[in-house]
Amino acid sequence: MSELLQFLFSGLTVGAVYALVALGFTIIYNASDVVNFAQGEFVMLGGMITWFAHAQGLPLPLAALIAIAVTALLGVAMNKLMIEPARGAPVVSLIIITIGASIFIQGGTQLIFGKEIHSFPAFSGDEPLRIGGATILPQSLWVIAGALVVYVALWLFFTRTLLGRAVLATANNRLAAQLVGINTSFVMTLSFALSAAIGALGGMLAAPITLTAYNVGIGFALKGFAGAMLGGMGSPKGALTGGFLIGLIEALTAGYVSSQYKDAAAFVVILLVLFFMPQGLFGRKSTDRV
Amino acid sequence: MSDLLSVEGLGIAFGGIKAVNDVSFRVRAGEIVSVIGPNGAGKTTLFNMISGVYLPGSGRVVLNGEDVTGMAPHLLARRGLSRTFQNLQIFQSMTVLENAVTGYHLQERGPVLADLLGLPSSRRRARTADAGARRLLARVGLDRAAEREAGNLSYGSLKRLEIARALALNPKVLLLDEPAAGCNAVETEEIDHLIAEVAAAGVAILLVEHDMKMVMRISNHIVVLDHGEKIAEGNPAAVSQNPAVIAAYLGAENADG
Repeated sequence: MSELLQFLFSGLTVGAVYALVALGFTIIYNASDVVNFAQGEFVMLGGMITWFAHAQGLPLPLAALIAIAVTALLGVAMNKLMIEPARGAPVVSLIIITIGASIFIQGGTQLIFGKEIHSFPAFSGDEPLRIGGATILPQSLWVIAGALVVYVALWLFFTRTLLGRAVLATANNRLAAQLVGINTSFVMTLSFALSAAIGALGGMLAAPITLTAYNVGIGFALKGFAGAMLGGMGSPKGALTGGFLIGLIEALTAGYVSSQYKDAAAFVVILLVLFFMPQGLFGRKSTDRV
Repeated sequence: MSDLLSVEGLGIAFGGIKAVNDVSFRVRAGEIVSVIGPNGAGKTTLFNMISGVYLPGSGRVVLNGEDVTGMAPHLLARRGLSRTFQNLQIFQSMTVLENAVTGYHLQERGPVLADLLGLPSSRRRARTADAGARRLLARVGLDRAAEREAGNLSYGSLKRLEIARALALNPKVLLLDEPAAGCNAVETEEIDHLIAEVAAAGVAILLVEHDMKMVMRISNHIVVLDHGEKIAEGNPAAVSQNPAVIAAYLGAENADG
């Protein structure tokens, strides 16, 4: 029983990170139909830049804020320099551009920060909390709370503000959005900034547990993508649920089957979703009309 | 009254074919000008150039005294030009209310940061937009469908939803592309009244419509296109008597004989 609880705790912790990655996917996908495969690099940058700033002697909260701001700016730059010039290209081409961006960011990070694995202290100490015979790190609670707070904030943003609705309108029908006065290229820029900031937040929260290095992004991107697919691309609720589910499936596979198969679990889920439930749990049915 | 919209020598060619050639006319505040012509005459292409969807090959579009030729649609919307589409541009997977609310984006948008942080001022603006959108939906008779997903509505209802959204921009110039298409006689009459009301409030209206009775009833001025060229213009009585117009609509042999 306490064994199961332990697996659940570790599943919820990684699941929260995947949920944050999936929420990042959701925002850009909502504004543009593009799946941004550089999302994992935003997560990596969040951890790496926080580590770097903290290693220069800055207090941790300040280092974290800098990491989020710098990553958001990189997201904006990525949109302006790579996505916007290719406007009008098919979505598939844009997705391939994001893969290129991911490789580029990874290479750049390796040049600047090196290949070493880094970490920084947990926010509230390393003393594990005991709950029902299992233990959970205080940092895990930070990660889980981060995912929940971001989800609620996004939900309010998309449903309660005109700007949030403008983002949804842009995704839904770009021409109509322009005709009601929505600056769709600004909406795209904003989406990349938000997505990058959320990714960086995830990376920064997770780094004390998972450690960080220039090449951790791909793993986060693929697991987060699996979560977003499982939940239904484009739905914040789906991203949150899907992210946590992938984390739990992974932890239970590692615990009860073999930790060697833990990474395979996410991909089995992707395949099953694509075969049997392409809309995911909360995705809208696509209603293309001619 | 002043010209709100003036189109001067507007033209565009697609692959060597002149879809619209050297078309000029103007619309004053409170005036309803209709563009008529057989299918393929270039009416919708003309609309697309005026509203910034196509870049004109030649000529100018002047909106409220400012040259806006080739300006992006969202900037035109900010200068008071709003339009509807013959084949509808609706946010299919959003609700009817949400569709109408997007029209309020311009009037009620505030600082980006306020929306990102969900400040009370931002919530208040969103509520103002909601209330305004509901009033407009009532005006076009869609208030009961407010919570339905737009993609499920009938064609005639979507036409009216698009008009409501266009009106939410509080436009100076309103371009309506076949607003009565797919509507029954009662609905058409309601749209008639709505258009007249909007014009009476000082909006310049440019209309493309196939329902000739409606065109003759509500237009102050009619511009006739055929094969992309303006072949006639004038008040409804004059245009309906014009031999060139009759020939274009009925075919040349009938007019000769």
